[in-house]
Amino acid sequence: MSLWNKHQIFEKNSFILLIGIVVVIAIGGLVEIAPLFYLKSTIEKTEGMRPYTPLELAGRDIYIREGCYLCHSQMVRPLRDEMERYGHFSLAAESMYDHPFQWGSKRTGPDLARVGGKYSDEWHVEHLVNPRSLVPVSIMPGYPFLAENRLNTRDIQSALSVNSIVGVPYTEDQIENASSDILGQAMPDTEASDGFEERWPSATIRSFDGNPKIVTEMDALVAYLQVLGTMVDFSIYDDKANSR
Amino acid sequence: MAKSNAKLISLEEGGFALFLVLLAFVCLIVAGKTFDQVMAFHAGIGALFAAASVFLIFKNYFDDGGEVIPAEIDGKPNYNFGPVKFGSIAAMFWGVAGFLVGLIIAMQLAWPALNFDLPWTNFGRLRPLHTSAVIFAFGGNVLLASSMYVVQRTCRVRMPGKILPWFVILGYNIFIVIAGTGYLLGATQGKEYAEPEWYADLWLTIVWVMYLLLFLGTLWKRKEPHIYVANWFYLAFIVTIALLHVINNLTIPVSMFSTKSYIVWSGVQDAMVQWWYGHNAVGFFLTAGFLAIMYYFIPKRVNRPVYSYRLSIVHFWALIFLYIWAGPHHLHYTALPQWASTLGATFSIILWMPSWGGMINGLMTLSGAWDKLRTDPVLRMMVVSLAFYGMSTFEGPLMSLRSVNSLSHYTDWTIGHVHSGALGWVGYISFGALYCLIPWLWNKKQLYSLKLVNWHFWLSTLGIVLYITSMWVSGIMQGLMWRAYDALGFLEYSFAETVEAMHPFYVIRALGGALFVLGALIMAYNLWMTIRHGEAEEADATPVGSLAPAE
Repeated sequence: MSLWNKHQIFEKNSFILLIGIVVVIAIGGLVEIAPLFYLKSTIEKTEGMRPYTPLELAGRDIYIREGCYLCHSQMVRPLRDEMERYGHFSLAAESMYDHPFQWGSKRTGPDLARVGGKYSDEWHVEHLVNPRSLVPVSIMPGYPFLAENRLNTRDIQSALSVNSIVGVPYTEDQIENASSDILGQAMPDTEASDGFEERWPSATIRSFDGNPKIVTEMDALVAYLQVLGTMVDFSIYDDKANSR
Repeated sequence: MAKSNAKLISLEEGGFALFLVLLAFVCLIVAGKTFDQVMAFHAGIGALFAAASVFLIFKNYFDDGGEVIPAEIDGKPNYNFGPVKFGSIAAMFWGVAGFLVGLIIAMQLAWPALNFDLPWTNFGRLRPLHTSAVIFAFGGNVLLASSMYVVQRTCRVRMPGKILPWFVILGYNIFIVIAGTGYLLGATQGKEYAEPEWYADLWLTIVWVMYLLLFLGTLWKRKEPHIYVANWFYLAFIVTIALLHVINNLTIPVSMFSTKSYIVWSGVQDAMVQWWYGHNAVGFFLTAGFLAIMYYFIPKRVNRPVYSYRLSIVHFWALIFLYIWAGPHHLHYTALPQWASTLGATFSIILWMPSWGGMINGLMTLSGAWDKLRTDPVLRMMVVSLAFYGMSTFEGPLMSLRSVNSLSHYTDWTIGHVHSGALGWVGYISFGALYCLIPWLWNKKQLYSLKLVNWHFWLSTLGIVLYITSMWVSGIMQGLMWRAYDALGFLEYSFAETVEAMHPFYVIRALGGALFVLGALIMAYNLWMTIRHGEAEEADATPVGSLAPAE
């Protein structure tokens, strides 16, 4: 009986009740979250990961804006059917520059973690404008407006510098030239694209929406989709060394 | 303190007025300087709200000459129910709106032409509108209104402040408007259930701290020696949501004048923080808060004390301790290290016990009064909500098992699970609370029509059953189709074939949703008629019943 009476200390003092609640709810979060920041095994060692180019980052922001993550995951699980359907299971390293992560929680449509390079640019453009022209049973909305909207490049330089503040390793050169590079990647054979090539040797330059004259939101989104899951070089990835 | 003549403006009124004037100026500057149309629109709303509030503060001051509202009249607490009334009506409104958007997106999945290929009407923008409208707008207003009611009643004291309660309830609803219009216009953080952008988050943080102060302030003034059990749950809900909200939304805006921001967390750590937040939005917003509602409204309605005081102690502390661990069960087989997701699953299974502890404590409160289930459809609704609570808190641990999760994850099974909890548990306990609250608040003898409550109950129960069964079938079927192999060892179905197979179930789900919306419309009509035409209760009669816990 006495033990139950002790609980009165919480019932009669709102401040002690408050402290009790804070202590009790702090434990689980601390144990689960804090180690992820210092355990070295959390993020695998890989070759090939680089930050998104300005155009890809802008495409990613459009992906987020349109809520693509609500129907498409970006996380291939190490299950036989998923690896046959989508490719190598996703590594933590592959999303280490993602602010925020876009692993998703639902597959109303297929996983996109490794969609890069699977389809042509033309396929993506046509599919985004009118999904049912390519996949008759698709239930995806159409996004024809992406091909018409000129890409907004106003804030891209601040976007890169904010990303660098939160830990994405952009070089100063890449940040300073972001406004030129965002156009350069989608306008081959221009002055801007020459500069882009220097700063982003491993990225590809092409007009992703098929219209090299203007850079649209479609350019950005397709550039992002085409780079998804293609950065890590799995030919030299050591599965065993990274087993957790 | 209570002098009779006109006085200087109080510190509270002056402080809020000053803060809101500054806010209006900041909003105007941002609106004027930004190139971002969404930001201009939202800053405009902010400036308008702040300016209107300042006007109302001063108008009120000049109307009543700064009169202090008495905390007691004739020895009885002079409860402040104005903000509670506002919150109840807002809950009705947002509820119907949120369910309706849910129905629209359910139909979009069945008939994709309904997306109209426009930015503002596509599924990806409407889905956060639906989730936020039902969880934060409907659920949030129910929680705010009911907590303000319950904490005053169980402390037998008027809540502090003249402006503060109104600031909390109006400020919260302004947050809802900014968040919701933001989604439609493309302003989102891209984190599920935490989509509002940085400025909306900042505003919510201010409102929430004020809410905490309001709640604590009422507890400090209380005339009862003990803090009633419902208030433990409300307090845990308010404190934990504050912590979750701030940490999950730590973000750096691209500029003061842009809606866009980038979260400080990345990749695997962001995933962990997000689901720590996401699952505890369920645990503390949708569970602890609504358990508080259960602990007040069920004993009141049946006029019996809570079944077991000790059970409420044990399950309260166990529930809040265990829930916080459960998040990583959303991340089985992902790039999150296995130790973390295993911890999440382990605690999810243990969590089954305190969850059912709450259900049992609620159900057993009816002992000796079970006959009321036959005559009182409002009570029936609240009891069925506990049954749904029990069901979904059993299903949850089951789905958190690694092997079950490998099938259920990414499928409609999750959607069905969420809706058995959301429509069944949160929805029904909220409807029950509103059916109780509205007559109490407006001093009406009873509801306009119990028959309509019955209609609401049966229509929406049928709707929920259609919803969750169709999602079970489609979810398990899709999960099995994804992993099916043919005799030659190839994957049997293309992804598109699994999508095609979902169609009939999406139609059934939409039908279930339509019935639920219809039920909610009947409720709104019934409550509205109660307010407008209900028979007035004789003065002074307060709801009877004892809240003393049984020993």
